Amino acid sequence: MSMHALQVFLAMGGYAAYVWPAYALFFIVLIADTLAPVLRRRRVLRELRARLARQSARQGRSNGTPTPTPTPTSP
Amino acid sequence: MSNWIPLWVHKLGSPPTFYRFAGIVMPWMMALALVTGALGLYGGLVLAPADYQQGDAYRIIFIHVPCAWMSMFVYAVMGMSSVIALVWRIKLAEVVAMESAPIGAAFTFITLVTGSLWGKPMWGTWWTWDARLTSELVLLFLYLGVIGLYHAFEDRRQGARAAAFLAIIGIINVPIVHFSVNWWNTLHQGSTVKLFGPSKIAWDMLWPLLTMTLATKFYYVASLFRRVRTDLLALEGGKDWVREIARSEDDR
Repeated sequence: MSMHALQVFLAMGGYAAYVWPAYALFFIVLIADTLAPVLRRRRVLRELRARLARQSARQGRSNGTPTPTPTPTSP
Repeated sequence: MSNWIPLWVHKLGSPPTFYRFAGIVMPWMMALALVTGALGLYGGLVLAPADYQQGDAYRIIFIHVPCAWMSMFVYAVMGMSSVIALVWRIKLAEVVAMESAPIGAAFTFITLVTGSLWGKPMWGTWWTWDARLTSELVLLFLYLGVIGLYHAFEDRRQGARAAAFLAIIGIINVPIVHFSVNWWNTLHQGSTVKLFGPSKIAWDMLWPLLTMTLATKFYYVASLFRRVRTDLLALEGGKDWVREIARSEDDR
């Protein structure tokens, strides 16, 4: 694609100010929708691991065997 | 349980099985969405000719219309799984319904904003209280209502049932959105693409539109499965299969 053709393409026949924001929004919203469950999954598993660590520490204490206290993972 | 339903359907409804199944299907759906999306956008933005009346502004159609269709399609899926959730109390149906709501809201939001960006140069206004636009806005509020009601309850399953009930009542709005351009005199144009009979659009413009429609469908399945998997982990945190996953991903 030549430089001129690219400029014509980006100009969108004078409607660039409407067409490109529409496409930008489409991608921003869908990328956010994709990332949200990925981040939530990490948080859910991190919290679950912290809970499991606490549980095993409690069980260790009740059995009479000393176990090191788990380091808190959540900030 | 009824005998006519094959066993694999019951098995697929169990959270650990569905988690694994969705984990296999999801990347393929995402790949298909990206390939068909790239093809559709190339066809729509580069190959398709400019419109004789609207010039290049009409190119917003390639995202506006597929997202508008998805806003109704996702609502239909959410409504149907809400019925299943309330009648048969299947946990997976609740999860599918509740995790569809944010995706549907995203598609509805895109539809409204891209429509506004298209309306400004073509109609001379960002917004008008036209039947199509207003009913689509009501659809967004219904999605937000379902999401809000779901999160308003301390107990997740109780919240899901309340929100499922709202989702079922809101189904009435889907045909109103669809037929609004026929029932009322609207500024919004009527349907261009018809399931039955010839569409009023050139093939050069139609195929990118249909390809984008396919891409948004694939995207929905991928996004839904990703969300359902995460939600199942959160809901079943006390179960062994989830603990296994939590332990095996410790190194991350």
